[in-house]
Amino acid sequence: MELSGAEILLECLNREGVEVIFGYPGGVITDIYDHLPKTKIRHVLVRHEQAAVHAADSYARASGKVGVVLVTSGPGATNTVTGIASAFMDSVPLVVITGQVPTGVIGNDAFQEVDIVGITRSCTKHNYLVKEISSLAKTVKEAFHLASTGRPGPILVDLPKDVISGKTEFKYPRKVIMRSYKPTYEAHPKQIRKAFDLMAKSKKPVIYAGGGVISSGAHRELTALAELMQIPVTTTLMGLGGFPGVHELWLGMLGMHGTYQANMAVAACDLLIAVGARFDDRVTGKLDEFCPDAKMIHIDIDPTSIKKNVDIHVPIVGDCRNALSKALNLAKEEFKDREMDGGGAGDRQSWLKQIQTWRETYSLEYEQTDDGPIKPQYVVEEIYRLTKGKAIITTEVGQNQMWAAQYYNFTKPRTFITSGGLGCMGFGLPAALGAQIAHPKKLVIDIAGDGSIQMNIQELATAVENKLPVKVAILNNQYLGMVRQFQEIFYDKRYVATSLASAPDFVKLSEAYGAVGLRAEKPGEVTLVLEEAFNIKRPVVMDFRVAREECVYPMVPAGAAMTNMLLA
Amino acid sequence: MMNNENRTISVLVDNEPGVLSRVTGLFSGRGFNIESLSVGETLDPTISRITLVTSGSPLIVEQIIKQLRKLINVIKVVDLTNTEFVEREMLLIKVRAEAASRAEVLRIVDIFRCKVVDASPHFYTVEVTGSESKIKAVLDLLAPLGIEEIVKTGKIAIARSRK
Ligand SMILES: Cc1ncc(C[n+]2csc(CCOP(=O)(O)OP(=O)(O)O)c2C)c(N)n1
Ligand SMILES: [Mg+2]
Repeated sequence: MELSGAEILLECLNREGVEVIFGYPGGVITDIYDHLPKTKIRHVLVRHEQAAVHAADSYARASGKVGVVLVTSGPGATNTVTGIASAFMDSVPLVVITGQVPTGVIGNDAFQEVDIVGITRSCTKHNYLVKEISSLAKTVKEAFHLASTGRPGPILVDLPKDVISGKTEFKYPRKVIMRSYKPTYEAHPKQIRKAFDLMAKSKKPVIYAGGGVISSGAHRELTALAELMQIPVTTTLMGLGGFPGVHELWLGMLGMHGTYQANMAVAACDLLIAVGARFDDRVTGKLDEFCPDAKMIHIDIDPTSIKKNVDIHVPIVGDCRNALSKALNLAKEEFKDREMDGGGAGDRQSWLKQIQTWRETYSLEYEQTDDGPIKPQYVVEEIYRLTKGKAIITTEVGQNQMWAAQYYNFTKPRTFITSGGLGCMGFGLPAALGAQIAHPKKLVIDIAGDGSIQMNIQELATAVENKLPVKVAILNNQYLGMVRQFQEIFYDKRYVATSLASAPDFVKLSEAYGAVGLRAEKPGEVTLVLEEAFNIKRPVVMDFRVAREECVYPMVPAGAAMTNMLLA
Repeated sequence: MMNNENRTISVLVDNEPGVLSRVTGLFSGRGFNIESLSVGETLDPTISRITLVTSGSPLIVEQIIKQLRKLINVIKVVDLTNTEFVEREMLLIKVRAEAASRAEVLRIVDIFRCKVVDASPHFYTVEVTGSESKIKAVLDLLAPLGIEEIVKTGKIAIARSRK
């Protein structure tokens, strides 16, 4: 039987097990929308295409599935670019389907034509312009394969109008055959052996884990290996939840706003074991002074991540979970014996003691008085206490994001969802929608800033329409706080273009959207507002009027050595 | 290993629209150098070969090769630099050839087995094919006579077959 391009696309999505599409209609994709109700696929109509991508990104991260986006040509397509760039930086599997003008007029500056394949070439893992309907099914199959295998990432598929409306026999390829794409999953046993020997011999090792631990599902292996070999663990922002945030070997996050003990331990270690992380400049600071005395092991599925910024003694290309479970097996067989020889964990005691003294700096301390202003850190700690660490937290970008990372002790993977690599304001609310759709029963909270929330606030309408009971906690400091902090510290308090004193009434605004609005102005109201919000089965926005000029500490000035921490 | 030496890299890619711009976009986006680049179909019409000359520290060159391999349309990347290979480049040189200097131009053409492919009352156009060093030698000799314009192909290279 012959099917139209629109039907073929939807049937492909169906075969890939797609449950939900985040989208926004327009001229050239109307055929697809016309067929959508005949499928079992849920469609979530966002209010801006950027939000569709963030929502799909977060859905993918919360569920481990591929996120799917559908938008029209021209402005619909360009509106997705920021979202795609964010998903690309954070290695999130997405398939973004864009409409395109008919093949016959491509290149003629037709109405709502943009070269979206050209525009997104450098921020997708790969992208396609489907020129013939005969290659549509194969392309969609490849897109899902590429998105979800190897180092995951967004794939864009551009569909011209005539391909959507054309007809052909439908055949879904059973297998993907690509001569040029073969990601390496199996970590090489010889390299694992070398790495394990270094780990067993090391007196001062540290594990530095990133988002790869979460996307490969390696958290159990990571914890088991760290416990067995008594190696303290720090993670990047993207790695939070990959190791229990309440564990005795937990150092906290490292990097620019990392804990004192994490940055000190990394600087002093004799062996750094990087797992699914990429030595981002927010983590390494000044490269010459990063881990000066350490040997380095780097496990990553993407060979380009290895030795990109720092030289590595034992590179291991492969899936993090595969590599860690092999190392764990060696540890189970051999490590205990070594301990008896006087090597191994027994020798770690002085290292762990040293770390304990660093912990006693209490770099995440702050003071909440009864009659002073609400401290934003206190709001996050209360959210943690009331949710017992079981909520899914999304964030916006800025101070709110860092406080969420520092004060909510993430214990499970896929519970902290943030725009890490791109640091894209406006991410948190659409991300909360995506996570809520992946986990309808879980409490999903966007820890937001008053600036960022206004970048995609229109998605409250999507939340209300789709009965997604997300909670938004605005840490309202009436500033673009993170930039204000920079101005305070490095620009002598010259606050240019960072005051947001002129702002909407967030309570009324929420009500206007049909959501619930709550406000806390005094410390004593924080818990009450949170409890009330968590009991409401509808979207709620909480406006926490927090101390205006609170700063995020510790802080390492950009480009400085990571031991150069400002503590308060 | 010397820093920033030139490397000749051979890249087999899918012969599809847009592939070349993925490769060049990678270089411009990541700030890698391209000294020269040439592209052509291989015996298999679904595959093209890009020969490119680049430079950078050993770590950068390693990164360039890995990044090329990561592109979905790239099938194979070979760094020819440390292997036995034959390289050629072609140059068209428009050189001043007045009555007084014509004989000199022809002598140089002869010595280097070049060809005069076009002549006009004031100029000869000379075709040179060869390795980088030969081309440089020809240019050095013709320069004093007055070179008006040159056009260069990128370098192409092929591995030597085993003896
Ligand atoms: C789209 C975008 N534009 C600009 C920035 C630069 N930026 C980073 S943090 C920040 C301030 C964010 O303000 P707010 O959301 O109120 O968060 P706060 O830092 O006050 O918690 C800005 C402007 C960014 N990250 N993303
Ligand atoms: Mg703010």
